[in-house]
Amino acid sequence: MDTRYFDYAATTPVDARVLEAMMPFFSERYGNANSLYGLGRDAFRALEDARERVAAGIGAADPSEIIFTSGGTESDNAALLGILTRVSPNGGAHLIVSGYEHHAVLHPAEWLAKHGYELTVLAPRTDGHIHPDDLRAAMRPTTKLVSIMHGNNEIGTVNDIKVLAEIAHEGGALFHTDAAQTLGKVEFDAVDLGIDAASFSSHKIYGPKGFGALYLKKRTPFETQARGGGQESKRRSGTQNTPGAAGFARALEIMIEEMPVEIPRLAGLRDQLIDGITSSLENTEPSASTGARLPNIAPLLIKGVEGEAMLLQLDNKGIAVSTGSACSSGSLEPSHVLLSIGCPPEIAHGSLRLSLGRFTTDEDVDYFLEVFPPIVERLRAMSPVYARMFGSSAS
Amino acid sequence: MIYSDKVMDHFNNPRNVGVIEDADGTGEVGNPVCGDMMKITIAVDDSERISDVKFQTLGCGAAIATSSIVTEMAKGLSLEEAAAISKQQVADELGGLPPAKMHCSVLATDGLKVAVDDYLVKHGREPLAGVIQSADPNFDPHADEDHHDDAEVVEHVHDHAGADGECSVCCQRP
Repeated sequence: MDTRYFDYAATTPVDARVLEAMMPFFSERYGNANSLYGLGRDAFRALEDARERVAAGIGAADPSEIIFTSGGTESDNAALLGILTRVSPNGGAHLIVSGYEHHAVLHPAEWLAKHGYELTVLAPRTDGHIHPDDLRAAMRPTTKLVSIMHGNNEIGTVNDIKVLAEIAHEGGALFHTDAAQTLGKVEFDAVDLGIDAASFSSHKIYGPKGFGALYLKKRTPFETQARGGGQESKRRSGTQNTPGAAGFARALEIMIEEMPVEIPRLAGLRDQLIDGITSSLENTEPSASTGARLPNIAPLLIKGVEGEAMLLQLDNKGIAVSTGSACSSGSLEPSHVLLSIGCPPEIAHGSLRLSLGRFTTDEDVDYFLEVFPPIVERLRAMSPVYARMFGSSAS
Repeated sequence: MIYSDKVMDHFNNPRNVGVIEDADGTGEVGNPVCGDMMKITIAVDDSERISDVKFQTLGCGAAIATSSIVTEMAKGLSLEEAAAISKQQVADELGGLPPAKMHCSVLATDGLKVAVDDYLVKHGREPLAGVIQSADPNFDPHADEDHHDDAEVVEHVHDHAGADGECSVCCQRP
């Protein structure tokens, strides 16, 4: 059975055009970009060409502002730890992160809080956005860094980074954003947004896994988190991943080229899914539906059903999805993202995230809308509390 | 985290789903806040053996599969035997459960214990099972902050499941 893939926010397949761009750098042009002979110079040129293209793609002022990394998680860790430990080596500085960040931001922030830094975790409002006034109120004279994600991976809301960065700067703090979910799906111009640092991931945009970038505006204080051979202008040691860089640069170019067509197409499919589900099943709603949103994420709350049970039943039908239920993650608590926007845990256990992408077709959406309602009805019929909690049967 | 074939079979084709009308004993455990809840009804024959069992469960694959298999295991047993089914026996019968899912088997065994006790209490007798007594009021739920990541601790944590089967560690929300 072919997989009907509705989990593009988790990862994406490598696009054939991206793979083609990467292939020469495995076995033919395999030189170390730091070697002085011809093979090395060739790899170096390819790496710097990729850097220029990535810089252009995200609107950086200069290619030297791009540090290649192993992905979004490394970029987030490097941004938080690298900036704060340079700005304030002995601790004491105040850091603000939003409460629905990816764990790649939350966990380093919590680590910093245990090692002498002050941390404020800023809650989003119930509409799923970080409100500028809330950030303004959280700022302190000692605030040195603010990290707020561009687009949320579970509920798809997109924050007004330009305004938030301005507020951080007014208070004398630097601003980082995790843009792993928005790259190539929402306009991104680092100079125009006025940010100091941003994290990007390659495998979310049809590039290879294990590759990403950290944008670091010139003169942003930064303590390297990987010491060694001094690659990436001493900001990230380790032999550079030339095929990864070539693939990421190509992947980003394709995303940007196709944006004008893809964004409305995906937003249309997203709305079709949300409308189709909410109209055919009672007690269902999107977990976020107002303000700026990612075109490819349909975040749904299916009340009175546990998420993992839905996920497994959909898997039986060849459909791949994500859920924010506790049981899917091996933890016992539902998604911190949903809890942060005020979603009660008993509702959060029934969350379903459908994320669409380049290879999602109208037919995939139709198929989903056909097979999903009976799955929910069957699970609700098995529940001892559905009727009691939601006041009607699942017939 | 991968489920055994038998877990998937019981999840996809759960046995004994439903409610016994005029049941002799009813057990309801869990809490939707924790994401899982089970209701089990039993019929008891003249020789005090369980002649029929049915269940309803809100929960994940493991919660549904453990509920389903416990109904199969309980049929024909004496009340004492049914109340003595352990979470490990349930897991073994299913060909094993992922460590993070071991607590789901507690839901099923506790549900059955509560149903047996319900029968006994209705007949003016002492309850058998120690479900309620197993809750430790002095247990500090946050003594080990990383308990979610540790399979061994997850099991330990659920030895402290509350009277209603609710996990006292992870579900202390209003």
